[in-house]
Amino acid sequence: MQKTFRITDEDGIHARPATALVNTATKFKGTEAFAEAKGKKVTLKSILGVLSLGLEAGESLTLITEGAEEAEALSALEEVLVKEGLGELNE
Amino acid sequence: MSKISGIAASAGIAVARAFILEHPDYTISKNTVADVQAEVAKLDDALDKSRAELQRIKERTLAELGEKKAEIFESHLLILDDPELINPVKDKIREEVVNADYAMNEVSAQFVSMFENMKSAYLQERAADMRDVTKRVLNHLLGIHYVSPAEISEEVVVIAEDLTPSDTAQLNRRYVKGFTTNIGGRTSHSAIMARSLEIPAVVGTKNVLSQVKAGDLVIVDGLSGDVLINPSEAEVVEYTAKQEAYNLQIAEWKKLRDEPSVSADGKHVELAANIGTPNDVTGVVENGGEGVGLYRTEFLYMGRDKLPSEDVQFNAYKTVLENMNGKPVVVRTLDIGGDKELPYLDLPKEMNPFLGFRAVRLCLDRQDIFRTQLRALLRASVYGNLRIMFPMIATLTEFRAARDLLLEEKAKLQAEGQEVSDSIQLGIMVEIPSTAVLADQFAKEVDFFSIGTNDLIQYTMAADRMNERVSYLYQPYNPAILRLIKNVIDAAHAQGKWTGMCGEMAGDSTAIPLLLGLGLDEFSMSATSILPARSQISKLSAEDMKTLASKALEMGTAEEVVALVRSIGN
Repeated sequence: MQKTFRITDEDGIHARPATALVNTATKFKGTEAFAEAKGKKVTLKSILGVLSLGLEAGESLTLITEGAEEAEALSALEEVLVKEGLGELNE
Repeated sequence: MSKISGIAASAGIAVARAFILEHPDYTISKNTVADVQAEVAKLDDALDKSRAELQRIKERTLAELGEKKAEIFESHLLILDDPELINPVKDKIREEVVNADYAMNEVSAQFVSMFENMKSAYLQERAADMRDVTKRVLNHLLGIHYVSPAEISEEVVVIAEDLTPSDTAQLNRRYVKGFTTNIGGRTSHSAIMARSLEIPAVVGTKNVLSQVKAGDLVIVDGLSGDVLINPSEAEVVEYTAKQEAYNLQIAEWKKLRDEPSVSADGKHVELAANIGTPNDVTGVVENGGEGVGLYRTEFLYMGRDKLPSEDVQFNAYKTVLENMNGKPVVVRTLDIGGDKELPYLDLPKEMNPFLGFRAVRLCLDRQDIFRTQLRALLRASVYGNLRIMFPMIATLTEFRAARDLLLEEKAKLQAEGQEVSDSIQLGIMVEIPSTAVLADQFAKEVDFFSIGTNDLIQYTMAADRMNERVSYLYQPYNPAILRLIKNVIDAAHAQGKWTGMCGEMAGDSTAIPLLLGLGLDEFSMSATSILPARSQISKLSAEDMKTLASKALEMGTAEEVVALVRSIGN
């Protein structure tokens, strides 16, 4: 499953939201979670990976989940983005 | 015992044992190891110990300094567990048959350089987090015993070459009674942090680090700038008494926190604070500020690589207004250009930046920038008591042009269905002599004046305040300055308007009696000056100060004015 967002926060995906995303992705043990942006795909279970995307305001980010709890994982991740005031659904 | 002098950076006195904060030397060599499995196990052990350490620091920070300060350790913990970091380190150990510290350092360096090369200034700073985490693991691998400031758990005075932002962020006021550093000035990062934490500090001592050993008894006198190493018993008694007297004074000031600012004969004035970021509001509230007299919006524009959007600005203004809880907040529109550069605006270098293309001059030219800020301010206006002021106004025409842009943006927002407050006061900074002289004309059109003395003095005296050779001409008490101030206040009062002051002079204990006598309505200063000022004003008679001020206006030199104020013995 996947969903694409646009980064609205002026600071982009910085340490706090990245921490929250990784913590959430890590909770879903049997499910793979990835973030894809600017032609690069990284695992959402790595904070350095997420930060390495260097996401800034206005850029798109696709969250991808694969596995047993992919739907739950995706909606939990979406909630993090919204709670952090970050993503805007871009479908 | 010995005594060293430095710059008094944060008031108060501390007597405690020295804690030497030195960053160890991490020289790492590449070695071939005999047992790869043992080396991986060594790494795992160092990671476990680092994790336990970070967990402990995180919990303590959370309990003592709050969630925000603890967040950084949360992300450090994630870095320690990050498979993208740990797996390559282990692979390197196994494939190259090398020592764990070397492998750790090599892999980490790639991430450090990745962050350093990022476009966003914010992400560039994450390189520091990467280094912090790496050093923690290296400490365990190399057997370095390093105690970070966050781990201090007994009362100490911290002694260091300098304190990095990451060091100061970890200082715990409960244990760190004071600090002193070899380098730094009154406005260095560590000095500003010390004042906001209310920790006594002396900076710029040049050689304190070489003179103090861990565990030496040290006295830091943040009032005089003296540092005493292994003082005599008599000195400890003397300074302990000084410290108690200072603490009593602080306690007396604190009692005034929720009191109004009233002179001995009942004249009410408003004591407000100058702030730079929304975070500064905490200090304003804690120090009993009756408002924000100057919110410098420049910081929103600095330290980033492009202009801040309308939303970013709106959020900052809204936060300040909400946290001030209905108390007035004077926001100064963008004061940049000239000597304060914004690299991304690509402004040409000027011969005389202080007399050049800056502040409202730039905003009236770059209307795109100005309108964005005005819209953000107008949208935020419904969240509190907003006052807007334009800096560097030299002519009435400039004021009218700026005001018209504000009114246009207001009309546009209302047409879009946005709510905008109807009670926004609109004022100007008086910092150019032409405006101070013509104050009677301005007073008909503005809601208030705020006198910016730092610039008003240098323009009136035609002396660059940064130029040491003419700095003697930076004279706040020169009767010429006092007459300009009087002219502005009188002009405002004649139209039923108010006058504030947001320059350094407003918080200066020698100037306060004069300004009270001249009828200044609002004094805006650094938050920590508010309570001492309130205490001083409560002991002065406004009527007597009026007489004092009229005498001062008739004097010939600044020295005579100072002698006059000193003669009333406050």
